[in-house]
Amino acid sequence: MDPLRRSPSPGSTSSQPSSPRTPPCEMLGRQVGIEAVLDQLKIKAMKMGFEFNIMVVGQSGLGKSTMVNTLFKSKVWKPTLQGLGVPTPQTLQLQSVTHVIEEKGVKLKLTVTDTPGFGDQINNDKCWDPILGFINQQYERYLQEELLITRQRHIPDTRVHCCVYFVPPTGHCLRPLDIEFLQRLCRTVNVVPVIARADSLTIEEREAFRRRIQQNLKTHRIDVYPQQCLDEDVNDRVLNSKIRDRIPFAVVGADREHLVNGRCVLGRKTKWGIIEVENMAHCEFPLLRDLLIRSHLQDLKDITHNVHYENYRVSRLNASHALPRGPGWVNLAPAPGSAPAPPRPTRVRVRTRASSSPED
Amino acid sequence: NEELRNLSLSGHVGFDSLPDQLVNKSTSQGFCFNILCVGETGIGKSTLMDTLFNTKFESDPASHNEPGVRLKARSYELQESNVRLKLTIVDTVGFGDQINKDDSYKPIVEYIDAQFEAYLQEELKIKRSLFNYHDTRIHACLYFIAPTGHSLKSLDLVTMKKLDSKVNIIPIIAKADTIAKNELHKFKSKIMSELVSNGVQIYQFPTDEETVAEINATMSVHLPFAVVGSTEEVKIGNKMAKARQYPWGVVQVENENHCDFVKLREMLIRVNMEDLREQTHTRHYELYRRCKLEEMGFKDTDPDSKPFSLQETYEAKRNEFLGELQKKEEEMRQMFVMRVKEKEAELKEAEKELHEKFDLLKRTHQEEKKKVEDKKKELEEEVSNFQKKKAAAQLLQSQAQQSGAQQTKKDKDKKK
Repeated sequence: MDPLRRSPSPGSTSSQPSSPRTPPCEMLGRQVGIEAVLDQLKIKAMKMGFEFNIMVVGQSGLGKSTMVNTLFKSKVWKPTLQGLGVPTPQTLQLQSVTHVIEEKGVKLKLTVTDTPGFGDQINNDKCWDPILGFINQQYERYLQEELLITRQRHIPDTRVHCCVYFVPPTGHCLRPLDIEFLQRLCRTVNVVPVIARADSLTIEEREAFRRRIQQNLKTHRIDVYPQQCLDEDVNDRVLNSKIRDRIPFAVVGADREHLVNGRCVLGRKTKWGIIEVENMAHCEFPLLRDLLIRSHLQDLKDITHNVHYENYRVSRLNASHALPRGPGWVNLAPAPGSAPAPPRPTRVRVRTRASSSPED
Repeated sequence: NEELRNLSLSGHVGFDSLPDQLVNKSTSQGFCFNILCVGETGIGKSTLMDTLFNTKFESDPASHNEPGVRLKARSYELQESNVRLKLTIVDTVGFGDQINKDDSYKPIVEYIDAQFEAYLQEELKIKRSLFNYHDTRIHACLYFIAPTGHSLKSLDLVTMKKLDSKVNIIPIIAKADTIAKNELHKFKSKIMSELVSNGVQIYQFPTDEETVAEINATMSVHLPFAVVGSTEEVKIGNKMAKARQYPWGVVQVENENHCDFVKLREMLIRVNMEDLREQTHTRHYELYRRCKLEEMGFKDTDPDSKPFSLQETYEAKRNEFLGELQKKEEEMRQMFVMRVKEKEAELKEAEKELHEKFDLLKRTHQEEKKKVEDKKKELEEEVSNFQKKKAAAQLLQSQAQQSGAQQTKKDKDKKK
């Protein structure tokens, strides 16, 4: 309960010094009605709708598209099939789709960015560059909007709020590619690593794998979401420690329904049983879903806006004093790649080559 | 947005908790709300604030002898169940007391602009922290109209006209218990028509959102709200209620038949607090920002050429400024050098004079010395002469003595 405090007001042209006596603490009771501001906020938020941008990164065949479909219980993506005749893409291509989904009056504009071709080449050096470039490009777009003289009422938010990284279920530990990628990306965006296709690991193997991955992350000082340094208070820390203990979640994705004990459940049917996706005993998909959607979605957006975007802004504004704008940035992918036109809403294809041409 | 595909969900995903997530975040951060009370001294501003927020904000009544209008801001932290509110109440001390009220509105406008400026500065900083910035921008301006019963004073019109593009104005009639009911109705319509005819933009309660449209529409009919404030409680029936007791009756603050206090509280706090904050941020602040930046010379896009970025223009300005700074530095340095030279010349002159003086003195000294030496020589000569004479005299004397002694000896010998 906060005591009724008086604090000197900042920024006033002429203000009296506050009197030394503090009035005793007073709960206002329901007579004033300040509480109603919460409802006002809710109404405003529901009218405006929410936005959420998620990116899935991982090698082909790890079930990224299926996972997104499972998360949002709809056909966001058509699962990609890599037939024998289709050549592997020579370059990493990012693809985005945007949908509007609604549940109980809450409208969510969901944008999912896929990264087919990641880690598929023989030489995967610098395969993270297009991804970093894309993320920074979104920050850049937001920054430019924010710096305009006549700004829009609501700046469209295309920044990536969460990047789900799919770790192949080798059972050993993180590969060099994983480590390189995670190190770079955790500095720019919220990363949630998951163990993909966990149905190929037994429960004990999963635990061992998880511990080893956690060890790897600690050794290489990779700060995945939820970041320890951003815990605000004790409650946060307690809650997030529980989550951090289970990261990376071992998940299984499925978009087909099967009959189990009379219930219709999402799952994968195999000869030795049906793996229920939403069963905590089978896999940790519910944890991932709860983290991403039910409890921490707003937090993901806030951290992207308050921490990652601000970091980008600081480095960008500082850099523009010393260096000319161009590909001379520290640690970053080639400067905001020449986006030809604002993406069309239905199906957005952002092609960025692994070696981008310098811009400006 | 019809261009986006609407997906249908085959099950419960769970993002319907998003508004709750958002609200939880906001409650943990707390809210800021800043009210500016503009009105003559003694019109009941402090009492009304006390009544609105059901607490006693400590303050001493202002005197009528203020030389000018001064703004006094005080911040409080209030809490109701789990909502924390940082409330700032800004008072105009001395408003309407001066004989010459031409400049009365200026301190108010300056204060409002200063808050916008502070926010703009924070926003333009490189390392900024907007999410825990204590927002001091004025969200609502309660304009207290004196209950004359006739019409608005010209001071009121002028002040409101200056403020309407900078802040959300809610006009209220203060001390409404001094006006009879039939007069009140006429008074209200007179005020509203005067405001309209003078083009004063007061705050419009939003009617676009269906949940609040109805209540806002019904309430706006009663503008300006005729309010009575009181922190004293009087026993009415078997309850205690806030009221003012007169010999002829009791004016109950929360009785809608007696005054519009309840309506004001509904509109200001319970229904539109968030909208007031949003209007301040998206309309008034943006307007200020735009004007300020344009004034500083920034431009947005040019249709044919590349879009200017704020950053580039800022850089250009900064370089210009640095260039000027350097020039000034150069000028100052040159002036300094010149001054130094002058001083040097002066000093050299002085030094030369000194040298000359010294030479002169030396010469004089030498001459004196020579004179003294000459005199000394003379003296020595005299002394040596004297010594010679003395020696000669002594010799003569000794000779005389010797010859005398010889004579006596001879005489002795002779006698023998």
